[in-house]
Amino acid sequence: MKPDELRNLAQREAELRKSYRYRINVCCSSGCMPFGALKVLSAFKDAVKELGVEEECYVARTGCIGTCSIAPAVLVEPGDYLYQNVTTDKVKEIVKEHIVNGRPVKEMLYGNEAYFKKQLRIVLRNAGKIDPLRIEDYIAVGGYYALLKALTRMTPEGVIEEVALSGLKGRGGAGFLTGLKWRYVARATGSPKYVIANLDEGDPGVFANRTLAEADPHAIIEGMAIAAYAVGASKGYIYVRSEYPLAVETLKKAIEAARSMGFLGEKIFETVFSFDIELRLGAGAFVAGEETAILASIEGRRAMPRPRPPYPAHSGLWGKPTLINNVETFANVPVILLKGSEWFASIGVKNCTGTKCFSLTGKVNNPGLIEVPMGITLGEVVFEIGGGVPPGRKFKAVQVGGPSGGFLPENLLNLPIDYESLNKAGAIMGSGGIVVLDDTSCMVDTAKFFTEFCVDESCGKCVPCRAGLYKLYKILDGFTRGKGSLEDLNKVEELCEFIKEASLCGLGQTAPNPTLTTLKYFRDEYIAHIVEKKCPAGKCFKNGGGESGVE
Amino acid sequence: MVEENQGLSKMIELTIDDKKVVAKEGDSILKVARENKIYIPALCYLEGVSSFGGCRVCVVEIKGSTRVFASCVTPVSEGMEVITDSERLRRYRKWAIELLLAERPHVCSVCVANGSCELQQLATELGVDHLRVEREWTNYELDLTHERFAYDPNRCILCTRCIRVCDEIEGVHTIDLMFRGKNSKVIFDLDDKWSFAESCTSCGKCSAVCPVGALYVKGKPHSEVKKKELVSFVISRRIEKTIG
Repeated sequence: MKPDELRNLAQREAELRKSYRYRINVCCSSGCMPFGALKVLSAFKDAVKELGVEEECYVARTGCIGTCSIAPAVLVEPGDYLYQNVTTDKVKEIVKEHIVNGRPVKEMLYGNEAYFKKQLRIVLRNAGKIDPLRIEDYIAVGGYYALLKALTRMTPEGVIEEVALSGLKGRGGAGFLTGLKWRYVARATGSPKYVIANLDEGDPGVFANRTLAEADPHAIIEGMAIAAYAVGASKGYIYVRSEYPLAVETLKKAIEAARSMGFLGEKIFETVFSFDIELRLGAGAFVAGEETAILASIEGRRAMPRPRPPYPAHSGLWGKPTLINNVETFANVPVILLKGSEWFASIGVKNCTGTKCFSLTGKVNNPGLIEVPMGITLGEVVFEIGGGVPPGRKFKAVQVGGPSGGFLPENLLNLPIDYESLNKAGAIMGSGGIVVLDDTSCMVDTAKFFTEFCVDESCGKCVPCRAGLYKLYKILDGFTRGKGSLEDLNKVEELCEFIKEASLCGLGQTAPNPTLTTLKYFRDEYIAHIVEKKCPAGKCFKNGGGESGVE
Repeated sequence: MVEENQGLSKMIELTIDDKKVVAKEGDSILKVARENKIYIPALCYLEGVSSFGGCRVCVVEIKGSTRVFASCVTPVSEGMEVITDSERLRRYRKWAIELLLAERPHVCSVCVANGSCELQQLATELGVDHLRVEREWTNYELDLTHERFAYDPNRCILCTRCIRVCDEIEGVHTIDLMFRGKNSKVIFDLDDKWSFAESCTSCGKCSAVCPVGALYVKGKPHSEVKKKELVSFVISRRIEKTIG
């Protein structure tokens, strides 16, 4: 594709979009699908035809709108009217009243404005507003302009500089400066170089990356292409879990579309830059998301982490310099190039700029996919966006960062969400999960549950993670069955320290977090289990143990 | 895995336990320490094959970092200050050995490696006199199908020495790991019985390098195998091969 062709296509598409007075976006992501979103979509198409408003109303199949609590969700533009729990029998009324008569059906609208008030959508800028399977939709909202800009008006070093100045940090959890990582790869000697997008989001209760890929796959592809140009790579891989069939399908089609339009392949935008992306599916190992394990898995070997150095930037895929970033990191890149690093750096807080996507779940009134500026407090997320815990229940703890994230109690709700503050409190940013617990959850049982998850997912290479975590699980399991003594608590702490400090990779190094934080902030619950043989939440000691607990 | 540097490489200077040493850039801390007669306990490490970094017994501290590093897989660098012994390191090493002893039923009195077992030696050396965690009694089936060798998974510590010698020295890669985490198991070919593993050349290197009694020569105490049996066996096989 020539640069002019992109401009013309974007203009044509934007005009086409404008020619419709209304646009009905039906969320068809994995959150809304089980509630019959596809039936609702076809019902809307039929209703629009039947009532003769085809010419002025466009019905689109989109990705996640973000409000998973009101699935299936439907967004009507202009005005962003959000309809909740739309079923096929409501469709006709919505079309008749809203589209034909111009009166939004107030009773069916989602009245919760607080959910969106504190959110800021940069990564999810197009989620729920474009059809992920129509590349033209992405182009209409300025898609692939950043790639064009990078290739025709910027040097690779210029791109890296822009990303570095933005202060963007890796969204996979560790929070390494993206610009710096890119520079390492760009300066590394060796050819060819590779770019890998990490979409191996295996944490229980986390669906942020998945939803991004389902809603806006081209943002990831464009970000990767820009990164490849910056570091001098010609081949990219998206490593995605095979448990995410819709994300896999969407990405596959998006890559094909991008290829047929010439955004991937040889001589992109008639420059010398060539780049293509291949999809690699994981085989169901959580640890494969670790950056050295992902390399092994793509190479066709067992997904086992290896010690660093050498870092992938110097010796990655097949020993060649390799850039590995999370998909969310890549999705940030096109916006940074278009709006500038200064604009990006102004969002969030000092040393932690931009936004972060979270999947907000657990005992919370408004679960869903949210994107918030860095530095927002946990309390704002849980109570203002999430609407607090269900009526009649009391907030107990919030877990940030997936299965190896720590649990934070009520008095830490004013903690700002940034890498440093979370780490200090014993939690991690992780890949973006926030799980809210109320007084029906037992902290010992919860710590046991997440430890068990890590036991199952440990690759088995190093002793602390393989054998240590299992022993930790056994001790915690004992607590929920009335075994154990107070001295065991010291042993647990000592064992946790060993696992945390001596494990080879991030999985083992963070796996004791749930245990350590619950011991720190909810020690009374452990004591109640051990001394009084009582579970304050009433979870344990039933059928000889807690909810989890079968091997 | 640390690639051992072959050709010409830069020499650097570092300190190990307050002793100034000169080393080749890229060599592992463990290798450099051993060359300089500084002892660091290690278990899964095996000279001559790639390093694995799994047992975490060889952990050391490096000044300026709060973490500990497996010395077998951490390359030396200029000006590095390594500490090989501290209360914290001894604590971690002890945990590693205890967890290994508790992971599968290690009963020394009925083990072929008794007296020559590296796990046993390290346990004595690090003062492991009891286990603070519950022992597991795994019940893996023994593999006695091979005419000369035997394999008892219940004694295996998953150090992967056998896998590495089989792949890197003998070059056949008969042995590998199956499953993950605590269920990991060393297997022959596609989890075949040993005698049915067609790629196996019966060279015996695996049983010679096994630090415990998981892989052993039938009817021979481990100590003897390690010293002479293997050498003569390998030589005899080589002769057989050349003649045959």
